[in-house]
Amino acid sequence: MLLQTPFHPRTAPLCHHRRWRSWSGYASALSYEPGHEYEYYAVRSGSALFDISPLRKYEITGPDAAWLVDRLVTRSAFACPVGKVLYTPWCDEAGKIIDDGTVQRLDADCFRITAADPCLRWLQDCALGMDASVRDITLDIAALALQGPTSRDILSRVATGAAIVTLPFFALTEGFIGPAPVTITRTGYTGDLGYEIWARPEHALRVWDALVETGRGYGLAPAGLDALDVARIEAGLLLKEVDYVSSWTALIESRKSSPYEAGLGWTVQPRPGRDFVGSRALEREAAKPSDWALAGLEVDWPRIEERFAAVGLPPLVAGRASRDAAPIFAAGARAAPRQVGYATSSTFSPILKKYIALATIRRGFAKPGTRVDFELTVEFVRRTVSATVVETPFFDPARKRS
Amino acid sequence: MARQYDVIVVGGGHNGLVHAAYLARAGLDVCVLEARPMVGGATVTEEIFPGFRYSVFSYVVSLMRPEIIRELDLPGHGLAILPLESTLTPLPNGDRLYRDGDHHRTWREIARFSVRDAEAYDDYGRTLFYMARAVKYLLGIAPPDPGRMGPGDIRGLLGLARHFLNLESDQLHLLVKLMTMSAADFVDEWFETDALKATLSASGIIGTFLGPRSPGTAYVLLHHYMGEIDGNFRAWGFAKGGTGAVAESIASAARAAGAEIRTDAAVARVLVKNGRVNGVALANGDELRARVVSSSLDPRRTFLDLVDEAELPGEVVRAVRGFRFRGSSGKVNLALDAAPDFSCMPGQGPHLRGAVSISPSIDYLERAYDDAKYGDFSREPYIDIVIPSAIDPGMAPPGKHVMSCFVQYAPYKLREGSWDDRREAFGDTVVDTLARYIPNLKDIILHRQVVTPLDIERTTGLSQGNIFQGELTPSQLFFLRPVPGYAAYRTPVRGYYQCGSGTHPGGGIMGAPGKLAAGRVLADLGKGPRRARGPVPGRRGSGR
Repeated sequence: MLLQTPFHPRTAPLCHHRRWRSWSGYASALSYEPGHEYEYYAVRSGSALFDISPLRKYEITGPDAAWLVDRLVTRSAFACPVGKVLYTPWCDEAGKIIDDGTVQRLDADCFRITAADPCLRWLQDCALGMDASVRDITLDIAALALQGPTSRDILSRVATGAAIVTLPFFALTEGFIGPAPVTITRTGYTGDLGYEIWARPEHALRVWDALVETGRGYGLAPAGLDALDVARIEAGLLLKEVDYVSSWTALIESRKSSPYEAGLGWTVQPRPGRDFVGSRALEREAAKPSDWALAGLEVDWPRIEERFAAVGLPPLVAGRASRDAAPIFAAGARAAPRQVGYATSSTFSPILKKYIALATIRRGFAKPGTRVDFELTVEFVRRTVSATVVETPFFDPARKRS
Repeated sequence: MARQYDVIVVGGGHNGLVHAAYLARAGLDVCVLEARPMVGGATVTEEIFPGFRYSVFSYVVSLMRPEIIRELDLPGHGLAILPLESTLTPLPNGDRLYRDGDHHRTWREIARFSVRDAEAYDDYGRTLFYMARAVKYLLGIAPPDPGRMGPGDIRGLLGLARHFLNLESDQLHLLVKLMTMSAADFVDEWFETDALKATLSASGIIGTFLGPRSPGTAYVLLHHYMGEIDGNFRAWGFAKGGTGAVAESIASAARAAGAEIRTDAAVARVLVKNGRVNGVALANGDELRARVVSSSLDPRRTFLDLVDEAELPGEVVRAVRGFRFRGSSGKVNLALDAAPDFSCMPGQGPHLRGAVSISPSIDYLERAYDDAKYGDFSREPYIDIVIPSAIDPGMAPPGKHVMSCFVQYAPYKLREGSWDDRREAFGDTVVDTLARYIPNLKDIILHRQVVTPLDIERTTGLSQGNIFQGELTPSQLFFLRPVPGYAAYRTPVRGYYQCGSGTHPGGGIMGAPGKLAAGRVLADLGKGPRRARGPVPGRRGSGR
């Protein structure tokens, strides 16, 4: 039985086609309309409103809270002043990623962490011997993501007691929406200008209603997971269990990824004397890099069209993002194909008019500009089309940070 | 002139039948002799009460080796396994712990008791997957004996070493722990919720005269987890038509391969001449001749009852006498006029399709064992319940049900009285215990069959009513099962083999002993694969 989030009384009547899926056991809309196009374009040209309540949320408090967070995640908690938010993965002792999420520093000794999956036991075990307590606050907080170019205009009109207009990228503020106290973070999973709003469940509907009402003049649309998936690939953001496998769920060693292998090397922030979970393994890996890396791929759209045209079809790949892994081969070795990696997420990008993919690929092939072959099944026959390694994010509008 | 066979198989339980099927498929002239009117042994479905079909003894399936199902085409011979996904643990305070295939709901259900346990539960499942994957190798080989070091042993041990050295070191450590720890201590490393710990560790006491806190029970727990259905480890299921349908499908496969199966044909003695087997004598006085006789009966019957002790080395006789059976369990089979209504989960929900475990706490299980230690059946027993009719409509008339209750502890040797005197008192104890959780139970019982360890022994021949043909504790496993020197299916008598659950890899509806023993027989007859695994023919035990 799927649970309902605090926003369900609003989202359910909007989900005309009953396109629900389970997100951590909660009914979560794939799209409210039959297709996700309007919802996707709301992200890029107006504002999209996503119910992200199923995220797991943990609160870490106490005199040693900062030390604990610093021990848990690869980024340094001491580089996160009060009022800032970090995106970071966290690892096991072997330096393999367990999960990723954001760390909000609400106060000198109070943090909130979001995670894709439950990890209270892990957080508590890491807190052993420290004067810090970890609490699962998943059910205490309802959350919305307001994402898109008009999100600032909407939120600055709706929120009171918060300086929305000047709130920097990855910063947080407390404020009110109507009578409801909320935390607002300038974060998101779309790579666009956007905010996430954290409220008590009993205030959820009032917050939703206020945003929807004001948003009406700003192109706001409730949006589901299908639109989110396209947007997050364009933004080059990873999805757990799709672009990497958690070291807790990987049944075999080769499925696990270190931050370096997952393109998150920039989040590994060692410091003399800093000992975080996995730091020793990651230090060794930094000295002797792994053979695997994450790469963005731009697949040659004209080649895709040609492949389909050859059998008399239009290119049938546009539409939803794909989570089916596709093999990547070294370029041009048709006679003796050599697989050098696999694409984990791919989508046609409506805003870029390109076919893009996130891939795990041999380091030697991960340099931007490298040509590779991408496997594509055309009318039940496996073909390859050429692709080029590019930097991510694929789509990175200036408004995201400005 | 007595009829001459290549192989006579004594006992038509699932292992005897598997054994016969493989030998017949290899072209041998095989005859299975079963004492009862039907095949199956402890794997039988019987209509004791009209319209209601009981899986009288064994009641669920998981361990049956997938390669046997495939190679004998058991689905083609009528075998269908229906899913068994959920476990309900009712608690004395009216609460419950319910786990099923809905991952998130199970998470939330455990999290009601402990969020930490809910998170540890996945980790535990993954760990047991690794353990099951590690021991799966053992299920497919005859055990080599490090005490003998014949060429076959050395080859086998090298293969074993290669297999285990390939394991991650933490997995190897865990495996050693599983072989030595108690089930309660093992689950204690993960969990704090008593009902969860008790229900998980209950798998470690089944068929064993030990409590959850007794060392060695962690292995029994693993034994119950190493089954697989369609590639999923730890999956359990119902045989459609009851467990008897498993035996019937194997019998059908054996017959199709040319084996002859005789029922109502009890074997009195295995005939031995000059240290070599030459046939069997039936209870009715008939004699049948064969080059090879394989006994699927338990080690005590195989070594001490069927052959003259004089044919065996003294140390083998002593070792078999010391082999522990100690039946510890009984069954209560109920025909019900309606569905049982659990107070902790009222109504006819999907929980009726799954297992219900009366195991509210480790102390509860251990106290149940305390009673048995001193010769009484448990006043408040551990009970593992399934209701096959909730998923298989053929088991009871429409709207009515059969309820199978596996009960532990019921010691074979009672301190006071005999099982014949106390059978119904035992049945009353079980029903009284159940009625605490199922208020409507006493009103809907149409028929009750109480199966004590003595009844198991009398009906199936299993010594002391031990359901595994001997306890599955580490001292009775692998090259020690049933006795050192004769763990690889041979006996000291030439041409006389063992193929029952008393041999490696042990009990449960697995079939592996029957198949592995068939490989041994075929290799010795020069019909098997050339690289025979196991001790060399003709060598006697060294007596170590």
